Amino acid sequence: MSELHNYTLNFGPQHPAAHGVLRLILEMEGEVITRADPHIGLLHRGTEKLAESKPYNHSIGYMDRLDYVSMMCNEHAYVLAIEKLLGIDVPIRAQYIRVMFDEITRLLNHLLWLGAHGLDIGAMTMFIYCFREREQLMDVYEAVTGARMHATYYRPGGVYRDLPDQMPQYETTKWKSQQDIDYLNESRKGSVLDFIETFIDDFPNKVDEYETLLTDNRIWKQRTVDIGIVTPQQAMDWGFTGPMLRGSGVEWDLRKKQPYEVYARLDFDIPVGSNGDCYDRYLVRVEEMRQSARIIKQCIQWLKNNSGPVISNDHKVTPPNRETMKNDMEALIHHFKLFSEGYSVPAGEVYAAVEHPKGEFGIYLVSDGANKPYRMKIRAAGFAHLSAINEMVKGHMLADLVAVMGTMDIVFGEIDR
Amino acid sequence: MKRRLISWLKSFFFWELFQGLRVTGRYFFARKFTIRFPEERTPKSPRYRGLHALRRYPNGEERCIACKLCEAVCPALAITIDSEEREDGTRRTTRYDIDLFKCVYCGFCEEACPVDAVVLTRFHDFHFEERGQQVIRKLDLLKLGDRFEEEIATDRQTESKYR
Repeated sequence: MSELHNYTLNFGPQHPAAHGVLRLILEMEGEVITRADPHIGLLHRGTEKLAESKPYNHSIGYMDRLDYVSMMCNEHAYVLAIEKLLGIDVPIRAQYIRVMFDEITRLLNHLLWLGAHGLDIGAMTMFIYCFREREQLMDVYEAVTGARMHATYYRPGGVYRDLPDQMPQYETTKWKSQQDIDYLNESRKGSVLDFIETFIDDFPNKVDEYETLLTDNRIWKQRTVDIGIVTPQQAMDWGFTGPMLRGSGVEWDLRKKQPYEVYARLDFDIPVGSNGDCYDRYLVRVEEMRQSARIIKQCIQWLKNNSGPVISNDHKVTPPNRETMKNDMEALIHHFKLFSEGYSVPAGEVYAAVEHPKGEFGIYLVSDGANKPYRMKIRAAGFAHLSAINEMVKGHMLADLVAVMGTMDIVFGEIDR
Repeated sequence: MKRRLISWLKSFFFWELFQGLRVTGRYFFARKFTIRFPEERTPKSPRYRGLHALRRYPNGEERCIACKLCEAVCPALAITIDSEEREDGTRRTTRYDIDLFKCVYCGFCEEACPVDAVVLTRFHDFHFEERGQQVIRKLDLLKLGDRFEEEIATDRQTESKYR
């Protein structure tokens, strides 16, 4: 009788469950994985190098495209780093807007994660329900920034424009009755803030629905409970952050531990898991959505009651508004100077990190005093998570690999950058 | 003991599955919130960043003065401009190309333009049929501007207080 050998399986890069362009070389013993070797780099676009050749502001749009499901959080880390180097103040209203959009982005990310993770391990309906809510948030993105995904909204010193007073409405067509159009426009009558508020008031009920469908579901539990267990020590050793770390029971959240913007003023909790398996990480993320809704609610209250500038008026860094630009020589000079040459940043190095939906997203900037970064390093949460895939899936079945990858919330834009 | 019995009974009778089915069943009969795309459109805000256009003044003169700020500010280097002095002594572009494959639709060109010449319209579902069509030239951009002028003007009017 011949000896049995391990065989090698090539998983991806075009596998439907491979989350983009992940290529895994799996060594299998029957259906059990003995080794998983991720091959990355298929989505490498050289963002770090590109940033070195452009004035600081030009790279904001490229930050959106790193982790392309949590766009504004990436921008946030980048503008925070520049602001730290420049030492400029951000108006308080801009800080609230940023926090609100960070949390909206967190919802966007977790909704996509929940939908895609569900789809990966056999819950088709989740995808549709999550995208229904995502669509509303995309509309908010579009109404405020002009783009549904790649917002380019944050600027060093604030945000580009204030929130609009009107929410765009559905137009009458011959395909729908006026009654149906009115139904669709019901929440769009007021300002963008009203729209978000209506959405957020209802959102916990939607999360309840997701939980009804998944939390106790026996198929869901069989696929996630005790899969990919990470002990707290392991999680810290491997450099996990975000829900991956909190799922193992370590209460670490940059929003609480090193509050940036106005997080210190807001009231919210940090959910932690206990077993560190896929199921716990699912519970942590679902609870995070509820907490995000709480934060957004508080931001809306503040933003409704307070007005003010949304961008710093230090015109060496931020452009003057258009009316002044057209009437005032000084402002016109600032405008031309900023949009052609940009601004020079004092020499030095800085690390700024935000609590990204996936974990700690950091930007390490080195400036030599020019109008371009000398070097930029992106600390992507997903990279550390993916690095541990071998340890996490060893001894599991092939089908569990999909659950583990889903729970990591991998997005290749930021891993390959 | 009682709790364990209840949970066993729930598990035995597929309680959680029926709960889930109740949710999906309710949506089966609920009012539809989807739209039929090409005929019906989702609402677009005045800030929407779609296809580019070049605008004219009401007297028909093109706005662009070839200051090349948009060319300088474009992160993707999608804009190419050549310029020369016209007979009447004004500075105008002889070439204004936007490569739509390079463009990342960040809106910086519109933000930078001091005369509101280059704008991003609400038009987003365009397509190309041949290689080379992705570079839109000055004349086509002006034509797009003429086509959408009404919409562009009202959108800029609504947005003027925020910029």
